[in-house]
Amino acid sequence: MQMPIPNADVLSKKAHIIRRLLDVLPPEAVISEPNETRAYECDALTAYRCPPMLAVLPDSTPQVSDILRICFEEGVPVVPRGSGTSLAGGAMPTADSVVLGVAKMNDVLETDYENRIIRVQSGRTNLSVSGAVEEEDFFYAPDPSSQLACAIAGNIGMNSGGAHCLKYGVTTNNLLGVTMVMMDGEVAEIGGAHLDAPGLDLLGVICGSEGQLGVVTEATLRILHKPVAARPVLMAFDENEVAGACVADIIKAGVLPVAIEFMDRLCIEATENFAHAGYPDAEALLIVEVEGSEIEIEEQLEKIIAIAKRHDPVELRESKSDEESAKIWLGRKSAFGAVGQIGDYMCLDGTIPVSELPYVLRRIGELSDEYGLQVGNVFHAGDGNMHPLILFDANKPGDLELCEKMGAEVLRLCVEVGGCLTGEHGVGIEKRDLMFDQYNPDDIEAQLFVKDVFDPKWLLNAAKVFPLSATETRRNAS
Amino acid sequence: MKPMNENELAQAIKSAGKPLRIVGGGTRQALGNDVDGGVKLSTAGLTGITLLEPAALTLVVRAGTPLRDVTAALDAENLQLPFEPMDHRELLKSWGDTTIGGVAACNISGPRRIQAGACRDSMIGVRFVDGAGNIVKNGGRVMKNVTGYDLVKLMGGSMGTLGVISELSFKVQPKPERQATITIHGLSDAEGVRVLSRALGSPNDVTGAAFLDGTGFVRIEGLSKSVAFRTDALKTIFKDHEVSVMDNDLDAWRGIANADAIAGDDGSIWRVSVKPTDGPKLVQGLRDAGIAVNAQYDWGGGLVYLSLPDDLNLRDHMDGISGYASVLRGNGGGAMRITSQNKLTAQIEKQMRARFDPRGILNTGIMG
Repeated sequence: MQMPIPNADVLSKKAHIIRRLLDVLPPEAVISEPNETRAYECDALTAYRCPPMLAVLPDSTPQVSDILRICFEEGVPVVPRGSGTSLAGGAMPTADSVVLGVAKMNDVLETDYENRIIRVQSGRTNLSVSGAVEEEDFFYAPDPSSQLACAIAGNIGMNSGGAHCLKYGVTTNNLLGVTMVMMDGEVAEIGGAHLDAPGLDLLGVICGSEGQLGVVTEATLRILHKPVAARPVLMAFDENEVAGACVADIIKAGVLPVAIEFMDRLCIEATENFAHAGYPDAEALLIVEVEGSEIEIEEQLEKIIAIAKRHDPVELRESKSDEESAKIWLGRKSAFGAVGQIGDYMCLDGTIPVSELPYVLRRIGELSDEYGLQVGNVFHAGDGNMHPLILFDANKPGDLELCEKMGAEVLRLCVEVGGCLTGEHGVGIEKRDLMFDQYNPDDIEAQLFVKDVFDPKWLLNAAKVFPLSATETRRNAS
Repeated sequence: MKPMNENELAQAIKSAGKPLRIVGGGTRQALGNDVDGGVKLSTAGLTGITLLEPAALTLVVRAGTPLRDVTAALDAENLQLPFEPMDHRELLKSWGDTTIGGVAACNISGPRRIQAGACRDSMIGVRFVDGAGNIVKNGGRVMKNVTGYDLVKLMGGSMGTLGVISELSFKVQPKPERQATITIHGLSDAEGVRVLSRALGSPNDVTGAAFLDGTGFVRIEGLSKSVAFRTDALKTIFKDHEVSVMDNDLDAWRGIANADAIAGDDGSIWRVSVKPTDGPKLVQGLRDAGIAVNAQYDWGGGLVYLSLPDDLNLRDHMDGISGYASVLRGNGGGAMRITSQNKLTAQIEKQMRARFDPRGILNTGIMG
């Protein structure tokens, strides 16, 4: 992975920068020893690592403002970091950077059930936001798989989704306002407890900007009352295509399940061996979950099961108890871990139009044969967000490169059928160099305009999202 | 100028020697601040549905397509736009044929915004021509997409100032099998919003929550048995009130969407977006100050339409209220019709416009 050459001028004044940071931060908040900065050398994309020059752990918005102002004045690159769970390398540092971690900022600032909002500091984890409103039976809807660990700051940076976003939307649909510190230290208040803000939709473009426009320190989020109950049904088919067609029919029918999850044979077998969820022996299975009161659940499942039956499932299993529901979800939830038991894998995240599922699954199978690499498919079928897991052997020279090459082909396939490179993980460094496969230079230039405005010196997470060649002039001008 | 395709649109903007006033169907020309003159650039020639895929709940449509054509095509597939765009014609005393591009450029939503999100939340892709005449695309036709910056959201509600939209993709939804509205009678404004908060804070998936003339309106939609069940659940919640139920009352919600309750009033019409519980506080404050005010609340109290005497600037009466007011009709006491959120956002917006429209020719001044 190519990264920009570290700025020698910045590296040479490390001691000076530490002194200035210590003027505004307590000693324990400034991490400069190489054995300690190594903790920040990568995120969940562990194939690529680079320790930062420094890491800082502020505990308030004013501290973040001071840090950014100093880095702005000194021309130091800054890499914002939530919990470091990015699968795309969104929080991977450069050698001349200061990693700004928001993990210490995890307070709940306000809960307001009448207006259905919660205001939190951005280092708070996704699941603990729901935890804070659980006593009143409320929850925060976006549910990325890493929700136990991932921070709201990172969710906003990547516009994270999750299994249940088919019904509730992704982060951008549940975010009402932010406090964001600009690279020059100014503090911007954008949006709030009200639904519409006047002027350009700055909040809309900040969400998903991968930490390139500012550092979000506080967020106002929409909370909802929990549904009375939820129940999954498991359906197995002897062909991927048939499962794909069943998904399309369910969506067309006007029932809106909260989740439709898909697993293929490789993943079914891997999870069976790993988690013993009791899945049937089949080519493909779907887990469809609906929510509501007993009557509502029955009404929806009746329709869904009728549709499924038209596609001759090899098995149809409706959960009869909480225990059975948990068992149906067990395999799906342990799928990534189970595939990890087989070998190393790379997780892709392209989205395709749901109608293209059968074709894309077939093509992925063909590519798997061509490259001689096994692929497991487990994904959110309802919205076409695929997660092909390409297996490789990290100890075998050249295998990672082969896997990356195949991954790039699969993502190009997603774009070709009208989809995109990434549905919820973000571009980061991982898919940076494929951006021109989806966008032409004018499309990219328009996106760079936005960065020019928010971060004119191009110091914030600047080596991410866009191909380095597209941003070189701008990065070097600063 | 009336380009007939995207390339002609790009050419028209590239070769424009003077500021342009962008017009779709012309039904919302009164929204926003005065535009400094300008040659009329119409998108009405950019019509047609490019793709309608019911199994993927996706619609791709050219910007100048009349909204009624879009609605008719969706009707035929038993689909609808989730955000239920309001019709401004009565309120603004305008006429013409609203276009889907105008809806997106002004981020026009209706009552279902409280549950399904605003117009911008249903927008999943956009093609536009920026102020230099470059054709730009962002997003696509899939529901989940985080590939690069979300310019789709940025274009929603940008009122033509960053570029002229040529094509849009939307996430659409199946029409509900049944709809019911629970009405709760005899309430003060504050009680009304409290009632709406209780309904919205319950697990009944409310898709409309409005209050006018002492009556709260709570809408639920979905499969038949489910609607019946939730109707009963809400009646139980409000058992201490006088309650009635309306079935499939589309007209009532169209009236609420279009703010019919105040559209006929004289004076200035304001639109206020607030924290729901602040809505009645704002109105009570005006009443206490002896100001004649008529109000309609939507979005659980968070969207308030007010008719107020001309020559009164509502923003002078918003101390302690979290939210924003814009003038839809009348002189509004000489206030800017719309403003930015604060000084810093105003500065960011100005720089953004300068980047996307370096010659300053697109609807100049409309957003301040």
